[in-house]
Order: sequence, then structure tokens, then C-alpha cells
Amino acid sequence: MKTNKNQMDLEMNLNAPHSMGTTIIGVTYNGGVVLGADSRTSTGMYVANRASDKITQLTDNVYVCRSGSINLSFASTHLTLLFYLGFLAADSQIVSDYVRYFLHQHTIQLGQSATSKVAANLIRLLSYNNKMLETGLIVGGWDKYEGGKIYAIPLGGTLIEQPFAIGGSGSSYLYGFFDQAWKEGMTKDEAEQLVVKAVSLAIARDGASGGVVRTVIINSEGVTRNFYPGDKLQLWHEELEPQNSLLDLLNSSNPEPMNI
Amino acid sequence: MSSIGTGYDLSVTTFSPDGRVFQIEYASKAVDNSGTVIGIKCKDGIVMAVAGLAADGRQIVARAKSEATSYQSVYGEPIPVKELAERLASYVHLCTLYWWLRPFGCGVILGGYDRDGPQLYMVEPSGISYRYFGAAVGKGKQAAKTEIEKLKLSEMTCREGVIEVAKIIYKLHDEAKDKAFELEMSWVCDESKQQHQKVPDDLLEEAKAAARIALEEMDAD
Repeated sequence: MKTNKNQMDLEMNLNAPHSMGTTIIGVTYNGGVVLGADSRTSTGMYVANRASDKITQLTDNVYVCRSGSINLSFASTHLTLLFYLGFLAADSQIVSDYVRYFLHQHTIQLGQSATSKVAANLIRLLSYNNKMLETGLIVGGWDKYEGGKIYAIPLGGTLIEQPFAIGGSGSSYLYGFFDQAWKEGMTKDEAEQLVVKAVSLAIARDGASGGVVRTVIINSEGVTRNFYPGDKLQLWHEELEPQNSLLDLLNSSNPEPMNI
Repeated sequence: MSSIGTGYDLSVTTFSPDGRVFQIEYASKAVDNSGTVIGIKCKDGIVMAVAGLAADGRQIVARAKSEATSYQSVYGEPIPVKELAERLASYVHLCTLYWWLRPFGCGVILGGYDRDGPQLYMVEPSGISYRYFGAAVGKGKQAAKTEIEKLKLSEMTCREGVIEVAKIIYKLHDEAKDKAFELEMSWVCDESKQQHQKVPDDLLEEAKAAARIALEEMDAD
């Protein structure tokens, strides 16, 4: 449809693949790991969910940051068919559900918690051997043998253990940042601040990332979930102040148009 | 407690009236008639082996290797000793469930060193598996167990353990009844870098010498 180039293109393609165009991060510190993510799920230009939780639990001591797309074609994998007949689910959700199930059995057989390496390996096997799946995952956990560990499993299913890992569309803007800001042996607070800052920077630049910043800290003492509302984050270069909603007009005592 | 289960011992899928499966007990007899094998868990490692029908033993070892490799492929880490013992025990037990399979005629002493330290397990033909500080199978197992119980294993290193085990084997060997024997020992310990290997020749000779001396001292009494 021809549009005047001065007009905005309001055509929304609601059949575009849902993408967790995303920013996900995993960082080790002296004593554990910090996982972080944004909360935006988009369908083309529309934000389908502005408060998603992309950090999923696999076991008591191992969590995974998920990124990737939700596949509309059921034929793409028999896994989707088996478990999610009738509604859409992200490939990454399916993979993490399977792995949670395997890890649960493994924990019972072993008689103790699974290690983060085992969790990462199980994810890797599913991801590598089913290349039609679109998942970019960061596994992070703490166990008594290895301490805090981060494993990156990008598209294709490579498994690589790293001191820190970044993923999702927003990560493109963070490579240089981490080159400069990452250091070995940070404290828990330093690591969490680094993660929040990084996600916040990515949200500022990446249209497919946004919403709030969620973090999960895992160490010998257990797991802590934190939440940082989007409008409370530091403003970066040329970022505008958050605007009040136009809906406030309806509730104000003397509504004057255009005077917010 | 040796009795013939006339009529109830023809198949491993038959219980006797007093609740015994005679075929499994006969399988254990196959183990008892073979040479003695001892395993002990010392402070820093395991010293051990297989006794019974050698061909059966080889089958079990092959299965153990296969289980260990498959575990490593799926979970990305070496198989914990406990897990391997349980899998072997299940496999041995499996062969006591069907009439077309006979039970394994061998007992396995399994020693390993995983991230929780050295551990010793024994798997019997019935499929029972327990963790042990010291275990013995074969002809002289009763006497061997008595001797092992005298040892203070938690304070012993593997080097010392090798000597003690040699002494026990030599002591058990009856000059009159048994034929000449060959002593073989292997270990998994810190000294062998947590790898399974045959006990080094010099230590083995030292052990044999010490054992012979101990025997002479005993005879001299």
C-alpha cells in the first residue's frame, strides 16, 4: 500500500515471528554468578509482553537466560508438537522444560544437586542435535565442586564455558562495553551493578530490548531475584526523561489539553 | 547353609517354598570356588578386582565401560562411582529375572576415585550392591574378611594398604590344598594420580617380600 513518506507507517504485521529480541547476560564473580535480562517480547513492532521473565529455573542452583524466537510452524519440530499442541511456545522454553525434567531425574539418581556443567551439557545436546531450533541460551549456576560457572550455548549448539557471556539482539551493543568494564574477581554487588548497567545500555540502543531489568544471583547461600523498573534506570546519552502517560489527563482535576 | 533345592532349582524364575531362588545361590557358588579377591578403601585410594567365571567378568567389565562412556556423553562429566555401581548392579540383577538368561557367575569389586573421593563397591551375582570399606570374594573370603576387619583402614595410606593386602592373600593360601598362585594387584589413588593402574613392580615385590616374612614369623610361633 502506497504511503505518503511524511506519514508514519502504521501497518503492523502481527504474523511476524515473535522474537525475544532480547538482551541476556551472565557474569561470574568471586563466589557465584549473576544472570540478567531485559523483559521485552516483540511481534514485529508490537510489544507482545513488556514484562516477560527470561531467566528460567532449571534446578535449585542452576538457572538459564533464554533468547530466540517463537516458531509459528508446528512442522519445524516434533518436540513442539508433542508438548505444546495447540499453542505457541518459544523453542527456548521447550528446551529448558525438557532439561528441567532430565535434571530432576538426574538429581534423584545422584542423590544430590546437579552441577551447572551437567545442565549446560544437556541443553547443548538438545540444541546441537536439533539445529532447526532457534535458541541462544546462557546457563549459570553454582555447585560445590566448581563454584559459580557461566556457559554460553548460542545458535548451532556450541557449548563454551566463559567468565561472562552476553546474548540476544541487544548484546551487539555490549561487546565493547564488556571489553572495557569486565574484570576478574568482582564482588557480588559490583557484578550485579555491572549487569544492570549493561542491560540498561542495551535497552537504550536496541529497539527489541526494553521494559525492566531482572537479575538472578546464585551462590552458596542460595538464589536472589532482583527487579529494576525501567523508568528508574540511569539515563544515557540523548535519552529522554520518562513521560507521564497521556491517560493522566482523564484523572486530573482540571484537564487542560496538551498541558502535562 | 548348603542345601539342594530339588525341583525348585531348575530355573531362575522359580522361588522355593522358603522364599529362596536357588539359581542365584548357585551362581554365588561359582564365585566362591574361584580365587580370593580383596578390595580395601584406604585414606587416599582403593586397592582391588573380579573373581569368578572369567568370561562373565569380561562381559560385566565391557558393560561398565559402556555405561561410563554413555554417562560422559550425556552429562558431560565422568560417571560417579555410586552411579556406575548402581548401573552394574541393575544389569546383573536383570539377568536374574528371565528364564532365558542365566545369572552372572561373578562377583565384582569396583573401586573408583571421583570428585567425592575414593569409594569401594561390591556387586554380587544376585544384583546386590553395597559400598564397603573392605570387601572380599572367592574361596577364602570369610578368612579374608576377618583379617581385613583387623586393619585400621581410615589411617592407612594406599602404599601401606598394598603391603597389608599382600600379607592377607599369602596368609589365606593353603600350601597343602591350593595350587601355586600368582598375586596381582591394582590400585586407584592419589599416587597413581586418581588413575587405575597395576601396582608398580617395585612396590609389588616389596609387598610380596613383606608377606613372605610375615608368614615365616607366623609359622615360627
